[in-house]
Amino acid sequence: MARIVGIDLGTTNSLIAYMKDDQPCVVPDRHGRTMVPSVVALTDNGLIVGDSAREHLTRNPERTVYSVKRFMGKGLVDVQSELAYFPYHLSETGGVIRIRLGPKNYSPPQISAMILKELKRRAEAHLGESLTKAVITVPAYFNDSQRQATKDAGLIAGLEVLRIINEPTAASLAYGLQEKTQGTIAVYDFGGGTFDISILKLKDGIFEVLATNGDTHLGGDDLDRVLVDLFVEEIRDQRGIDIGSYPDHMQAIRLEAERAKIRLSDELKTEITIELPEDKGRFTRELTRDQLESLVVRIIECTLAPCRIALKDAGLTPNDIDEVVLVGGSTRMPLVRQRVEALFGKVPHCHLNPDEVVALGAAVQADILSGGTTDMLLLDVTPLSLGIETMGGVMSSLIRRNTTIPASAKEMFTTYVDGQTGVDIHILQGERELVKDNRSLARFRLKVPPLPAGVPRIEVTFLIDANGILNVTAKDMRTGQSQSIEVKPSYGLSDTEVERMIEDSFKFAAEDVSARKLIEARLDADALVKTTEKSLAEAGHLASTEEVNGIRTALALLSTAKDGTDARLIRARMADLEQAAKHLNVVMLDDSLKKSLHGKKVSDV
Amino acid sequence: MAHDQSSTHSETRRQLQMARSMCWHCQSEMSGEYFCERCVKVQPVSKDTDYFTCLGFPRRLTLDPKKLEAKFYELSRAFHPDFYQTKSPTEQTISLGNAAVLNTAYRTLRDPIQRAEYLLALEAGSVKDIRTSPPADLFEEILELQDTLDQYRASDHDSDEGHRLRAMLQGEQQTLERRREEMESQLQQLFTDWDELQDRGEATSQARAERDRILKHMRDLLSNRTYVNNIVNDLAATIA
Repeated sequence: MARIVGIDLGTTNSLIAYMKDDQPCVVPDRHGRTMVPSVVALTDNGLIVGDSAREHLTRNPERTVYSVKRFMGKGLVDVQSELAYFPYHLSETGGVIRIRLGPKNYSPPQISAMILKELKRRAEAHLGESLTKAVITVPAYFNDSQRQATKDAGLIAGLEVLRIINEPTAASLAYGLQEKTQGTIAVYDFGGGTFDISILKLKDGIFEVLATNGDTHLGGDDLDRVLVDLFVEEIRDQRGIDIGSYPDHMQAIRLEAERAKIRLSDELKTEITIELPEDKGRFTRELTRDQLESLVVRIIECTLAPCRIALKDAGLTPNDIDEVVLVGGSTRMPLVRQRVEALFGKVPHCHLNPDEVVALGAAVQADILSGGTTDMLLLDVTPLSLGIETMGGVMSSLIRRNTTIPASAKEMFTTYVDGQTGVDIHILQGERELVKDNRSLARFRLKVPPLPAGVPRIEVTFLIDANGILNVTAKDMRTGQSQSIEVKPSYGLSDTEVERMIEDSFKFAAEDVSARKLIEARLDADALVKTTEKSLAEAGHLASTEEVNGIRTALALLSTAKDGTDARLIRARMADLEQAAKHLNVVMLDDSLKKSLHGKKVSDV
Repeated sequence: MAHDQSSTHSETRRQLQMARSMCWHCQSEMSGEYFCERCVKVQPVSKDTDYFTCLGFPRRLTLDPKKLEAKFYELSRAFHPDFYQTKSPTEQTISLGNAAVLNTAYRTLRDPIQRAEYLLALEAGSVKDIRTSPPADLFEEILELQDTLDQYRASDHDSDEGHRLRAMLQGEQQTLERRREEMESQLQQLFTDWDELQDRGEATSQARAERDRILKHMRDLLSNRTYVNNIVNDLAATIA
């Protein structure tokens, strides 16, 4: 079976991992970095992803998308309260948020697909083979729409998503493999945008999730915002500048807040420096760890209630937990560790890198799916109750939260009026009594043969598969005929829309490749120009005038090519320049050798 | 070994079913439990298989949770879709369906109350009916409790009156919890009675009368317990 990779598609950073000799490992880039910032920027040279896109956050804020995971499977109304924090333009079509990048609008799955493609490309280059199958992780508390959106992103990126697995459970797989952990463990996963708690029982290779809870809108981003709000207010009060109206400066403040927060995990105080717009100088202030903690303690405490509910649902008390495992960058904060320790009454541990452990676990799950190992088996649960709307706007639960998946429920439907030909069914997810307080997942219309009221008997099966995604099938009990159901998602892309996006993605794949080649050629050309100019400045006197002129001409030609869009021409001009400067480089090397030998005795050489 | 009528009946039916069923893949007669002995393909759990049979336990009300869990893990390893990713689409569909049935079976049998309700439905063909009015011996108490609850809801929770009502409700909650425990220990006794009767396996009219008595008593107790349990939960939520 073709190799399956494991992907952690994170709010802030994403990683891709694979199994190498029975051990999961994360794919690094040329510089050894394992994390790809989950940032997509539209530049004059096309779309770019990752570290290079991150640089555009402040340069080009309206056209640089970050934290797109917060929008997966959501409508505009869901993120209304935080719209002001995002410098890019958001709108909604068909219940799905759209993000404007230049002339086009993109759905969150499309943006996520760009990140997935970057990860895929990186792993393909590293492994020297093409990859088509993946396991992708999601927060355990993601609802059906958010999971479906993640699956759509994989499809658009040209990946067959064999399994969606929960981040905390993925982490437990990595721990189970590497630390041979047994017993009852709590995985506290506090990342860039989401919080999850999962309680698991590990026994003889079975990883049984007992309960899970969380908040898909609570993470490091929210901590940063508290700092951003503080700095914006102080700049307004002390310097009289409404910095909120400068998107590029707001991005700089956000990044400075994030950096300061990170520094304060190791240091007790730090210096904040923010460049002010219109040459108004700088805003500086000291920030202590105590100050940071008093600002964010309220948010961190929001993670404790889900932990208590998960314990209660598992029928356990903190004493029953043998080990607490920390996952996600936000768990590096000392205050987070203190609160977790206080709640569970034991020191939490994080022997594995909290940034990488989820991707590693995804690779382990990929290995299980490919038949590589049968030692381990993950039995996960559905995080939210699933139900349907009944009379009076009340939700009737069919599958309770924390039910082991796959899980199914059957429900019989009939008619109330003679000759009725359809029954409308509204599917919901959530824990509240009333329909309006729960999440609408989808609607569909059951086709019924026209018969006297109460005679038709249609059995509908609601099946939550191992991905935590709902599948609906219906059967007419009188005829035994199955009927296909067209489910219309409330907050998701329709099948036809996903198909179109996949097509678009293939169509643009060729363009993407050439755009990438151009960007790389330009970067390499820049580097060559720089070193050549340096050589000329340092050793120009060693070369003939004719030679120097030749180099200058080649440099000028390369500059012109670099302004164009022909990557091959740039490469050709680079080769010309290298040829022209070949002799100079040899001379320089000799010269430096001579210099280093100068004054040394022959015996020292 | 003899069985009481209904259990013998379902046993025979099951055996017939097994004898009649064929492997979906190689068409050979099925003798293995969940895997065809000839082609080793997974077989769908029959719709008529009850949860006890599915997990390989007799219809008893006292089950060893450790053994139940071990069996659940064993069958999870046999059915879970994770292990069918490289198999044919038919096998994947069967695995998904079987895993879902297995999970429901385990969830039902793991909990003693749900287990008893399920057995009752199998044996007496009744679906659990939740009472909407208090059991006779609790009638007065529950009426009074509802009054106090209404007063508490209308009161200022921080006032002396609020505190007094809250203390009263807490007392009531404890009384009802004790009451629930009593019912649970009575149920436990019935579970033991049921298991012993089944183990004796007598087919006398006396045994049949005893069987009916246990089932009827169990149904009443389960229904009263559910009623009290709902009240306790509601109470706990109100004064939390």
